[in-house]
Amino acid sequence: MNRFDYVRADTVADAIKALGGDPNARFIAGGTNLVDLMKYNVEKPGRLVDITRLPLKSIEEHAGGLRIGALVSNADLAYDERIQARYPLLASAILAGASAQLRNAASTGGNLNQRTRCYYFYDEGTPCNKREPGSGCPAIGGVNRIHAILGASESCIATNPSDMCVALAALEATVQVSGPEGDRAIAFADYHRLPGDDPSKDNTIKPGEIVVSVDLPPTDYGQHHTYLKLRDRLSYAFALVSVAAALELDGQTVKTARLALGGVAHKPWRNLEAEALLQGKSATRESFKAAADLVLREAKPQSENGFKIELARRAIVRGLEQAAAGTPQSQSDKRIQ
Amino acid sequence: MLIESGSVGAHAKIGITLTINGERREIEVAPWTTLLDLLRERLDLTGTKKGCDHGQCGACTVLVDGTRINSCLALAVMKDGAEITTVEGLAGLAQKHGTNTLHPLQEAFIEHDAFQCGYCTPGQLCSSVGLLNEGHARSREEIREAMSGNLCRCGAYTNIVDAIEEVMHQGAAR
Amino acid sequence: MATQISTSAGRDRFVGGALSRVDGPAKVTGLAKYAGEFSAENLAHGYVVSSTVAKGRITAIDVSAAEAVPGVLKVITHQNRPSVAGEAKAYQDMVAPPGLPFRPLYDETIVFSGQPVALVVAEEFETARHAASLVTVTYEEDTPQTDIAAIADEAYDPPKKRSGIKPPPKPWGDAGAAFDGAPIKLRQQYRIAHEHHNPMEPQASTVIVEDDGTYTVYDKIQGVANTQLYLTNAFGLKPEQVRCLSPYMGGGFGGALRPQYQLFLAMLAAQDLNRSVRVVLTRDQMWSFTYRPGAIQTVSLGTDGSGKLQAIRHDAVHGTSTYEDYQENIVNWSGILYACDNVELTYRLAKLDTPTPGDMRAPGAVTGIFALETAMDELACATGIDPIQLRLINYTETDPVEEKPFGSKALKSCFEQGAERFGWSKRSPEPRSMRDGRELVGWGMATGIWESLMMQSSARATLTADGRLEVGNSTADIGTGTYTILTQIAADALGLPMDHVTTKLGDTNLAQAPVAGGSWTAASSGTAVMKACRKVAEQAFKLARGMDGSPLANVDFERVVFANGRIEVAGDASRSVALTDVLKAAGKDKIEATESASPDKDFKKKYEAYTHSAVFAEVKIDEDLGIVRVTRVVSAIAAGKILNTKTARSQIMGAVVMGIGSALHEESVLDHRLGRFMNRNLGEYHVPAHADVHDIDVIFVEEEDKANPLGVKGVGEIGIVGTAAAIGNAIHHATGKRIRELPITVDKILAA
Repeated sequence: MNRFDYVRADTVADAIKALGGDPNARFIAGGTNLVDLMKYNVEKPGRLVDITRLPLKSIEEHAGGLRIGALVSNADLAYDERIQARYPLLASAILAGASAQLRNAASTGGNLNQRTRCYYFYDEGTPCNKREPGSGCPAIGGVNRIHAILGASESCIATNPSDMCVALAALEATVQVSGPEGDRAIAFADYHRLPGDDPSKDNTIKPGEIVVSVDLPPTDYGQHHTYLKLRDRLSYAFALVSVAAALELDGQTVKTARLALGGVAHKPWRNLEAEALLQGKSATRESFKAAADLVLREAKPQSENGFKIELARRAIVRGLEQAAAGTPQSQSDKRIQ
Repeated sequence: MLIESGSVGAHAKIGITLTINGERREIEVAPWTTLLDLLRERLDLTGTKKGCDHGQCGACTVLVDGTRINSCLALAVMKDGAEITTVEGLAGLAQKHGTNTLHPLQEAFIEHDAFQCGYCTPGQLCSSVGLLNEGHARSREEIREAMSGNLCRCGAYTNIVDAIEEVMHQGAAR
Repeated sequence: MATQISTSAGRDRFVGGALSRVDGPAKVTGLAKYAGEFSAENLAHGYVVSSTVAKGRITAIDVSAAEAVPGVLKVITHQNRPSVAGEAKAYQDMVAPPGLPFRPLYDETIVFSGQPVALVVAEEFETARHAASLVTVTYEEDTPQTDIAAIADEAYDPPKKRSGIKPPPKPWGDAGAAFDGAPIKLRQQYRIAHEHHNPMEPQASTVIVEDDGTYTVYDKIQGVANTQLYLTNAFGLKPEQVRCLSPYMGGGFGGALRPQYQLFLAMLAAQDLNRSVRVVLTRDQMWSFTYRPGAIQTVSLGTDGSGKLQAIRHDAVHGTSTYEDYQENIVNWSGILYACDNVELTYRLAKLDTPTPGDMRAPGAVTGIFALETAMDELACATGIDPIQLRLINYTETDPVEEKPFGSKALKSCFEQGAERFGWSKRSPEPRSMRDGRELVGWGMATGIWESLMMQSSARATLTADGRLEVGNSTADIGTGTYTILTQIAADALGLPMDHVTTKLGDTNLAQAPVAGGSWTAASSGTAVMKACRKVAEQAFKLARGMDGSPLANVDFERVVFANGRIEVAGDASRSVALTDVLKAAGKDKIEATESASPDKDFKKKYEAYTHSAVFAEVKIDEDLGIVRVTRVVSAIAAGKILNTKTARSQIMGAVVMGIGSALHEESVLDHRLGRFMNRNLGEYHVPAHADVHDIDVIFVEEEDKANPLGVKGVGEIGIVGTAAAIGNAIHHATGKRIRELPITVDKILAA
């Protein structure tokens, strides 16, 4: 871990000022990813701005939905009564991720900005276009069983590791950011980006900007949701494939469908065409299979991760079945519903 | 701005106050010192273990203001003002509640043989206390899931869950 | 006679009981100290810089930026290190395999990825870590070979055999012809991934420079005698100059049998700087030495409809390093477990550009028994014979290799009691025939076998005037419960309460004992402690009998018992003397004895000694998604006398958990282009977590064994053997899919 300056801010304005547009400075809140990356010398900030004392720790009613402060911990968010009652999909996705200790420390804003778990990204002894632009991507043709099957590029096949963000994508949240040039709102779908030829950028937040809140719009899917996470051990592991699904049903007919995948791409993956396909269809396995096929039509395997395409197909079908049946996946009972 | 450290490369230490196992301490720390390294290397509280140093094993779990976290990923300077409980302080925690010399979980861990080499044990214990404080886990399945952030390579899992379940039920009976 | 000691000198009050660990309070309060936790005045901290290439040589190292960091004391590399032993032989430790050991910072040659290339020593840990990131190393790279499958054809019969590891026996009968002629044939390839031990405590050493110039070394090691031997040879020191300690160890599993490079580097720096130094490896660096080598095996079984084996062939190839020939017993089990007239077992090594693999919990047996017991299950399916029945048909009461009976073998009881507890009779044999809601249910079983060993070991017992007893030797309690069982044995031998006995371990100042491994510690150190205590008892008795007006006058040693801190005439408690009075009357402050115990040669001539198990596993698998849950395991163990049913049960449970890991999770993945393990962390190298482990039921079947006076056979390893096969067999029973490659991950289930 390198040496750095430490600054503690007490207002958002102070924090932005403290960062001072320095590309080598970072905000730090929970630290669960940043300190981890600093110990591997992947992140070498010259200055850390401690934002844990900013007044961004509340969950408030907002435009019929909820506004989640960027510093609300993952645990506080998941166990919040309003979240549990109105956005159980989000609560479930958060509880599927990491461990109790990490969820206690990690913040909402930090979760949005967590970086990929690609082995090569973490290993400064190897090239990586995300860590060191232009150095190459050894994951291509290398150890890539956990890598992307959708939206990858010639320069990067890393995945976004978040569970929470998969739910936020399905819920069509909005990210509120603040920066030297003022405040702006970013639709969740536009927050994370695909690697393209610049994989060093995970998201569209600009230098100097800070996430201040995440807004949840009102929803009406009741118990018709699920977060289904498939992984190599039954807890405390990143997703091979995860599915966030939410359905508004009219009898057995799908009124609207939301479907997002984790573990398969550089960002939480949504396919609006597939969601549209479900609209007006009856909530049957057949419809769900058609939607899954559509989502995975563009999927491209790497040398070791072809299985993820079939796994994702089956997970989508099951996720939609769980949502339709109103039997969301329990995150403690490991039996898949 | 509340605090600003000196320039990069200097031995810039910052004064912070921590209450550790009930004892208030004024400490000078470098910003890059983790809470775990502070406890182990500076304060001789080696009960808290370093297993992976990356939040992937749970051996370093301590309670910060009653909440369990991985101390390896927490910069000490950021915990200024916090109350820290480590495994060395669990017995004191129990004494505060008027019980024996050991915390009921410590007793239960011994009785159920919930450890072998003992290296993950302080983390398992602090995590268990955190779990009971949180109050979300009730069934064995929920305990298992809520304890999954604490790896045990000796494989004492079943006994650990037995110990936690016993103390949880004692608490419920009280 | 073996059992005489306990009847004459004491009673089994504690031995055989379910006692809590005597080191429990130290471990639950955080007071138990591990190798990297001992401090010293002026302690400096070393941080290792690791090679990023697997093969080649260092052409330049720039340490200037690192040395410029305030607080850095020195950066030690091969270019500026102090003089050390040149001969690679001098680096051979007690359990080194044949070959020339790796010499840290010796020269510019790189022989594995992650090889230490520099040690940064600084006043503070964080300073050393930061400065280490500033060391730049330039390499001339060669192409590494780390793919065992690619070079299996070049595998060789190791020219020099490893001490203690029997090479495969000469074939008997004609396995080739018998196999070809068998009506039912099975020939399959089985694979197991590279696994890393990953104990929770990283490898660590603290070298303290004492005022008199001697060294006190706290090392993470499964036997401090090995640390001492290594340091004296590599650094040209005398044993009396190096006291080595390892009172607690945060998990070994074989990974800490050999001294590792952090020990060498800590001593190197301590000598160089004349200052106490600690070096702790990072979790990432735990992939830069020993591992369980992945293996490619072929098992051929031939039978007729009766199930009687007509031919067994078992071939295994695994990797070793370029500089040592690590060997383990993978295939020999296939000649011992079943009676068969035609057997051929072969075993070869292939050179890889990795560190030398090493012993990991039941080395060889985990690998070989997975293949053999999966093949047996396949044969059960092919013949339509129940898997237990098939094993009974081929059961042997004598070791077919040595042609000697087993000293004891209660494997049939394991089958019976295990099956009963598991409910095996309710199993419907057809694959895919059992369900629970959406999940397929599978029940599988396998047999396990491990050697029952004893090593020469000594122990010292000291009874002091206050009536307290101290026993101990230099071996380690690696979490197995050695402190506790030795305390039980000693307390029984002298009739003292447990809390009057202190056991000390892991210190070269104590009586000599071997490393703790091979499941031999209970037999070896247990017998030695028992003998030393008996010697103390005899001396105390002599003194007691000589006391003025002694109530024991004219009584023989065989007629007294030691109980409640007293020596009393058997059956007449009114005639007794307190041990404290004995010492007081004799004017002694202590009675001390050191005794040595060795394997019983007569027994070894007549018998072969193994532990056995029957493992039953239940899995539930989501049919579409291929996610496996191991919902139940019953492990029935035949391991002779169980000294402490509580800690022994934990040993088996823990080994079963590691077996679940081996079956479903564990794999160190190499990028062969880089010769580098890529998932070097506990987030991506999956060991079972709490959520993966359900009910584990352990049965100890009764088994009387006479290999040693305690009747103990060891329980550290047997619990893992067979577990992966039982789970794999259960997965086949659930799904009809036979997966012959560990770990059995979702991708393999979907593809099958």
